[in-house]
Amino acid sequence: MSVIKGKVWKFGDGVDTDIIIPARYLILPLEEMKHKAMEPVKPEFAEKVNEGDIIVAGQNFGCGSSREQAPAALKALGIRAIVAASFARIFYRNAINLGLPVIECRDLYEQVDEGDVIEITPLTGKIRMPENGMEFSGSTLPDFLLEIINNGGLIPYLSAKFKTS
Amino acid sequence: MGQTIVEKILNQAGGTKDLSAGDIVNARVSCLMTNDAVGELLIQALDELGAKPWDKDRIAVILDHYIPATTENAARTHKLLRDFSKKYGLHMFDQQGVCHQLMLENSVLPGDVVIGTDSHTCTYGGIGAFATGVGSTDGAAAMATGELWLKIPETIKIELKGRLPDHVHPKDIILKVVGDLGADGATYKALQFSGEGAASISTEGRFTICNMAIEAGGKTGVFEPDAVTEDYLKDRKEKGTFFKSDPDAVYCEQITVHLDQLGPHIACPWSVDNVVAVEKIAGTHIDQAFLGSCTNGRIEDLRIAAGVLKGKKIHPEVRFLVTPASRHIYQQAMAEGLLETFLSAGAIICNPGCSACFGGQGMLWEGEVCIGSHNRNFRARMGHRDSKVYLASPETVAVSALAGNIEDPRKGA
Ligand code: SF4
Repeated sequence: MSVIKGKVWKFGDGVDTDIIIPARYLILPLEEMKHKAMEPVKPEFAEKVNEGDIIVAGQNFGCGSSREQAPAALKALGIRAIVAASFARIFYRNAINLGLPVIECRDLYEQVDEGDVIEITPLTGKIRMPENGMEFSGSTLPDFLLEIINNGGLIPYLSAKFKTS
Repeated sequence: MGQTIVEKILNQAGGTKDLSAGDIVNARVSCLMTNDAVGELLIQALDELGAKPWDKDRIAVILDHYIPATTENAARTHKLLRDFSKKYGLHMFDQQGVCHQLMLENSVLPGDVVIGTDSHTCTYGGIGAFATGVGSTDGAAAMATGELWLKIPETIKIELKGRLPDHVHPKDIILKVVGDLGADGATYKALQFSGEGAASISTEGRFTICNMAIEAGGKTGVFEPDAVTEDYLKDRKEKGTFFKSDPDAVYCEQITVHLDQLGPHIACPWSVDNVVAVEKIAGTHIDQAFLGSCTNGRIEDLRIAAGVLKGKKIHPEVRFLVTPASRHIYQQAMAEGLLETFLSAGAIICNPGCSACFGGQGMLWEGEVCIGSHNRNFRARMGHRDSKVYLASPETVAVSALAGNIEDPRKGA
């Protein structure tokens, strides 16, 4: 998978799934629901986010519910990767299943500001800030999970497998 | 080397013997549950896959979050899930209670591997099953194949010593544990509750405790099944398999909780690990109290709250919502006269389901404060972003509803 380059939206520690998508919006169709993403903490986010942007966050990003609408809404808004100091387990798995790269990196969180541009190489976990040349190393994924992301998620991956078998 | 109960269950489900924490197992799923909060996404994923449910007898579809349909979109989702269940002959629980309570009443047995598209699926560890929550894509994969890859988690052993004093409940144990571990203190790990103190905790109490393992980030919570479990299953034909951890099983961490020294605890806004002793914040004004949810909406919980309210009136400025976790519990509460007690005290009794727990009913406006027996107090979950939710035991909730402010249940006792 190639390099992901984009502008950063920064969030703090413990961003839970009720912040990413409050429960009462879960039954809206995705196209409507995505406009509610991050509403409790950054109401302007959904409106201002651009295709190709990246989320950088603190610890335990995505804790709480198992709702896959959380990564799905972020992906639908154009978010192309999430770098957090750490992730909650179910969110992490859901993001991968949707083909959304998730990278753990604590150092970046401390150095980056909202609006900065960063470059991520998911294969190696390398993250670069082109403006000042700073580099960070983030987590990488085992091969079979990278393959899922490269296929665009678990469903396309499994369909491809079903077809070949 | 010995194995933990979680390692044993997952080995059995994987058709393996010697895998241990950190290994990946392809587990056969005993039952799969989905609900109306996420089921639509699961069906879409299954359609994209061009697959069908692998075994109709092992799948439950439950309408519990937006019931009776709260909006047109909820009605659409419900119709879709009803049609889907009918088409494949799946078990459908249509507005009969919270998914986890219904799974426990009808399906789950000790030793099972249960996958649910809801994070509180971990509740079922209370009878010695391995149960965990996944997203809807994983749910679709499991529905198509009857299997799911899982990394066998390391286990944190929580040794319970002694017995709980009066006015202190299983909810207080898990609040204390989540407060100590932190919201990510058990990420990827299982919480196993053992020790002589475990024997004195009812199965209902064990469900409350396991329910909130996820609030420390845990993959699951589990009690080793014992005589208490056997008694709980006395009316069920099948009893499942009782696994226990070996004496020389390996744990990544061990914690001791002295039950006799424990007091009532409460989680303060806006995170579940923000836990303090109730006495520290006694006097905090409340607008609403909620008794219900998959954490504490069971018959024991209703009995405790009714015991507090009997012959009394809740504070005139407090709205008290009572939601039995299932139809069965509702009927039992009716037969025992508990509903009459709640009504006379001034409570509002809601239909069995998730109810106010996630803001499906009883939402809060700016600045309002709710105390609830549920499991999450995240910002904006129950309504306005500047409303506040405190989480406590059913008894603390009931005494607070009487007082109009957060109250220590030991006061005046
Ligand atoms: S009662 Fe609350 S926590 Fe339990 S399943 Fe329903 S919404 Fe989720």
